[in-house]
Amino acid sequence: MKEILEILEKDARTTPEEIAKMLKKNVSVIKKAIKKYEKEGVIVKYKTVLNTDILKDNVQKVKALIEVRVAPQRGHGFDHIAERIYRFPEVISCYLLSGSYDLLLVVEGRDIQEVSSFVSERLATIDNVNSTVTHFILKRYKADGDILKRIERNNRIAISF
Amino acid sequence: MKISKLVEKIKPSGIREFFDLVIGMKDVISLGVGEPDFVTPWNICESAIFSLEKGYTSYTSNKGLYELRLAISRYLNNKFSLSYSPDRNILVTTGVSEAVDLALRAILNRGDKILVSDPSYVSYDPVSELAGGKVILVKTNESDNFKLTPELIKRHISKGVKAIVLNYPANPTGVSYSRKELLALSKIFIDNDLIVISDEIYDELTYDFPHTPLATLPGMKQRTIYLNGFSKAFAMTGWRVGYACGPEEIISAMTKIHQYTMLCSPIMGQLGAIEALRGSAKSVLEMKREYKRRREFIVSKLNEIGLCCAMPEGTFYVFPSIKKTGMNSADFAKKLLYKEKVAVVPGTAFGSQGEGHIRIAYASSMDNLKEATQRIEHFLKNNA
Ligand SMILES: Cc1ncc(COP(=O)(O)O)c(C=O)c1O
Repeated sequence: MKEILEILEKDARTTPEEIAKMLKKNVSVIKKAIKKYEKEGVIVKYKTVLNTDILKDNVQKVKALIEVRVAPQRGHGFDHIAERIYRFPEVISCYLLSGSYDLLLVVEGRDIQEVSSFVSERLATIDNVNSTVTHFILKRYKADGDILKRIERNNRIAISF
Repeated sequence: MKISKLVEKIKPSGIREFFDLVIGMKDVISLGVGEPDFVTPWNICESAIFSLEKGYTSYTSNKGLYELRLAISRYLNNKFSLSYSPDRNILVTTGVSEAVDLALRAILNRGDKILVSDPSYVSYDPVSELAGGKVILVKTNESDNFKLTPELIKRHISKGVKAIVLNYPANPTGVSYSRKELLALSKIFIDNDLIVISDEIYDELTYDFPHTPLATLPGMKQRTIYLNGFSKAFAMTGWRVGYACGPEEIISAMTKIHQYTMLCSPIMGQLGAIEALRGSAKSVLEMKREYKRRREFIVSKLNEIGLCCAMPEGTFYVFPSIKKTGMNSADFAKKLLYKEKVAVVPGTAFGSQGEGHIRIAYASSMDNLKEATQRIEHFLKNNA
């Protein structure tokens, strides 16, 4: 049934009826499996991949990667401090890493000032946050497996043997 | 101007006109394309770009780069325990298309008879004729899913039949043969001392059982010319690389023609092919999984909307019957194109036995398949 996830991850609009056909299964079986994945939280939600860079009159938002060094807490490890941080809506991704720093955040804001003030006023002031390094993202080429620019493809001839 | 009699005799494809029609029309969803919709995996493209930068722009040896022949030899050995020497038994060609031509010219004398299945891929019949052979069409039946059977072949064997062209999984029907079926066929081939040109270009796209190369069956290796290539499984149609493997005598004969007519397959393609065999197993598998899902979808959908369609074992084609519409293949295809802007290939393009069928290629995105089947359904409702 894992193949359902593979199909939905590629195209969340695929209907249970269509998946049933692709996998030669009963629609009800597929529906049940999807419900189960949703309930267990394996399927978190269904979203749309956007490339807002090419929207006309788009007010560009600013994104930054932020390296954070924190002091882990007894009994909680990194989870507790991580939650303190990722609960902020400005934080759109949060990862715990091995290596020279601990947390990697993706933070989004209206402009550089907004992101900077989030870092200096909210983030750096949390107890246990030892230091931060901010990298502003200049351009997104590929995100979560999707190349964002429309790749010009030479069309196949419309009909051939 | 006087054209060669041999060429003049080749019937022009009856559906050239239809093809021109499709190509001239806008916003058509085409399920008539005989090649993968995937772009060549990036590792292959990247390695070819690198080799161009390094200045690999020359001829190669006639037989093809040794490294590629070695890679092919190892690949066949690992996959099928099929052993061919890179020095003596393998020739790299400019696609399987060239390999078919070379094989036919290498074995046929003027007037030698050769069995070709009807329906089948379009090149076997005319290229056999060009090589001086006399084609005997073996008409396969819908009730056998258009497969060749021992009985059918036996019925067409007569004095002077020297060879047969076999293609599985098959274009246009998608059908393939299990090991058991092949064993039964191979008995006939051996009993009648036939040379078999076995076009196995779709071998990686076999979904329901492992593909068995004909040459791996007892007694078959010495009479089989095994053809394969990179176009389909690796999505490399434009690179023009294929290969022929077989008995030394035949491969030498084919090489003799190839050295004068083609010289060698393009080096960029050959270098890409080396990378294809080295590091693309995962991409091939991913594409195959996607094709398989589309196959299940399209077969089930076509049957649901009322076009009777068997489940083919391989390729990216299905060959549904349109008989109950009362239209012939060409009319069906033309009307479907005009009314719903969906392009398919009339079955008759592949031989007269294809009448009453159309070839649908599901090498197209799921979105296209969904939309196209909706349009076909609409068409059937309004033209039943
Ligand atoms: C059965 C079959 N053989 C050979 C070919 C030609 O392949 P290549 O691109 O290697 O010349 C095709 C292409 O459609 C085919 O369907």
